[in-house]
Amino acid sequence: MLKKNQDLEKIPADLLKQGLPGTMDFRIEHDPDDLWEDSRMIVNIGPTHPAMHGALRMVAKLNGETLEKSYCEFGFTHRAKEKLGENRTYHQFIVYTDRLNYCSALTNNMTYAMAVERLMGIEVPERAIWIRMMCCEIARVIDHLICIGIAAVDLGAFTYFLYGFHQREEAYTLIEKLCGARLTTSYCRIGGLMYDAPEGWEKEVKAWAKRTAAVIDEMDALLTNNKIWCNRTVGVGKFDYDQCIDYGFTGPNARAAGIDIDLRRDQSPMFYRDVEFDVPITQNGDCFDRYIIRLAEIRQSLNILIQCCEKIQKGPIWAEDKRTRIPDKDVVFNTMEGMIHHFKFFMEGFEVPKGEAYTTFEASNGELGFFISSKGGQMAHRMRIRGPSVLHYQGLSPMTQGEFIGDVVAALGSINVIAGELDR
Amino acid sequence: MNIHHPVPTIYGRDTEKFEELWKAQVSALQTQFGDQIEEVWWPLKQEVEVPVVFFKKEVIVDALRFAKESTELKFNFLSDISATDEQPDPLRFHLFYNLFSHTNLNRIRFKVRVKEGESVPTVVSVWSGANWLEREVFDMFGVRFEGHPDLRRILMDERWEGHPLRKDYPLRRYQFHPVPMEPQEKLLK
Repeated sequence: MLKKNQDLEKIPADLLKQGLPGTMDFRIEHDPDDLWEDSRMIVNIGPTHPAMHGALRMVAKLNGETLEKSYCEFGFTHRAKEKLGENRTYHQFIVYTDRLNYCSALTNNMTYAMAVERLMGIEVPERAIWIRMMCCEIARVIDHLICIGIAAVDLGAFTYFLYGFHQREEAYTLIEKLCGARLTTSYCRIGGLMYDAPEGWEKEVKAWAKRTAAVIDEMDALLTNNKIWCNRTVGVGKFDYDQCIDYGFTGPNARAAGIDIDLRRDQSPMFYRDVEFDVPITQNGDCFDRYIIRLAEIRQSLNILIQCCEKIQKGPIWAEDKRTRIPDKDVVFNTMEGMIHHFKFFMEGFEVPKGEAYTTFEASNGELGFFISSKGGQMAHRMRIRGPSVLHYQGLSPMTQGEFIGDVVAALGSINVIAGELDR
Repeated sequence: MNIHHPVPTIYGRDTEKFEELWKAQVSALQTQFGDQIEEVWWPLKQEVEVPVVFFKKEVIVDALRFAKESTELKFNFLSDISATDEQPDPLRFHLFYNLFSHTNLNRIRFKVRVKEGESVPTVVSVWSGANWLEREVFDMFGVRFEGHPDLRRILMDERWEGHPLRKDYPLRRYQFHPVPMEPQEKLLK
């Protein structure tokens, strides 16, 4: 292919004429003298590739190192959750919500429970809501630690990842004390919680939050001003305000581009109006900003957790609603009525009145929504799950068009696509 | 408490907060589109949590563009597109568009009813993000979108037969496609 060796000198100038790499209008036009004329290469990245987070596939057409055109595919771990939602009772579906975004299973549990409670008109007692809030914030910290940790590993910073993962393991130990499971928790119940938090759990959470805040400072000092990290992330994978609106970006990825929306603050579910927290915003919308936003959000979440630990009071964890409350075990084993109630609850499920509602919550990646349409009866008529990752993954191709192939890894790590939520 | 109607709970006091705003917004829609609006459902009158506006399918693109750009509505953000299968209804599929406003912080839902085999105009020209959401509706329900740039299956394999979220699709069915698809050159042009 090397017709004339002197042509090699022309390449950088030629490339620069086409516009700035990394912008949306960057196209490499066909040039008869182009050295690379016949060297367009189609590379298949994924579905099983260490740099793709989960089973994602991207087919890229390369011009040298530059990504000319690409398309993304997913659905390799499709488990028909929406179909299952129409064929399982509302109680049985709780375990499926764990497997949506498995990095923050607790948030999915809570959002699902909120959606069903909204349809049934159940108000949950205060202690349950405080515990749910704490669970959501712990899950958010875990999810962000994974996101920034793995993004750093993909770009070669392995030590950083281990700092985060130590705190993450401790957080999983706290979750294990709540419900006995570490990853797939199924902690929530419609109208309450599976168990009350054990004695002294709040104090442990508070101590953990303070330790983690110190570690976050250390992580910040370790990576944020690192020259290699900045070179790999600043200005890479840019997605500006209008593009974010156009492609439906939510959560930290949208806030990195200056969209001042946080559903915790703006819809104030649970008791978020009773705690103080800031919503961090940056303006550039590149990989570095998404990283910085997540780091700042971890600090805010830890701050919320400490406030929750101070405000939480003793009290019941179940709504006084006979439809959804699971009978206590001593009633089940000692009375006939309790046994029948228990049997009916688990074999038939409870009825949800006719209606439809779209309930959203700020999950760690963005707007998690459950659209539940009920015709009455024990199963949903339609269970639509709106995961933020679907729309984020859709933005990956336009985001990386005209950039280097190595930057795809940085961009994918920074938008934090979780395959479980993507494929459902 | 009347258990047959959803009541505003501790999680969302939307109805008290946005009632006036919603009335103004729906009346703006009604003056703009007139009899192209088939029906409006209101929270607490019907069993919904936000106003649901049923449009005729010909005007849905205009309606969404009006909702996005007009100064009264300001629903600049498309949260979700999907559908429900209301099988005995001759207008079988009810497509819904969940909208969110970043300025007023309220939501609204637009709906379109279509018969089986009918197609709906695509809204990719209003929001590019609708591309994959519409592909998913096509994949799961078999509703086609007119003018869609790339209407292929998205979650299921492209060789799959049937549309899984239809109510007459069986819960268990096996189809084997062990060989993955080749990269499609036409998508890389």
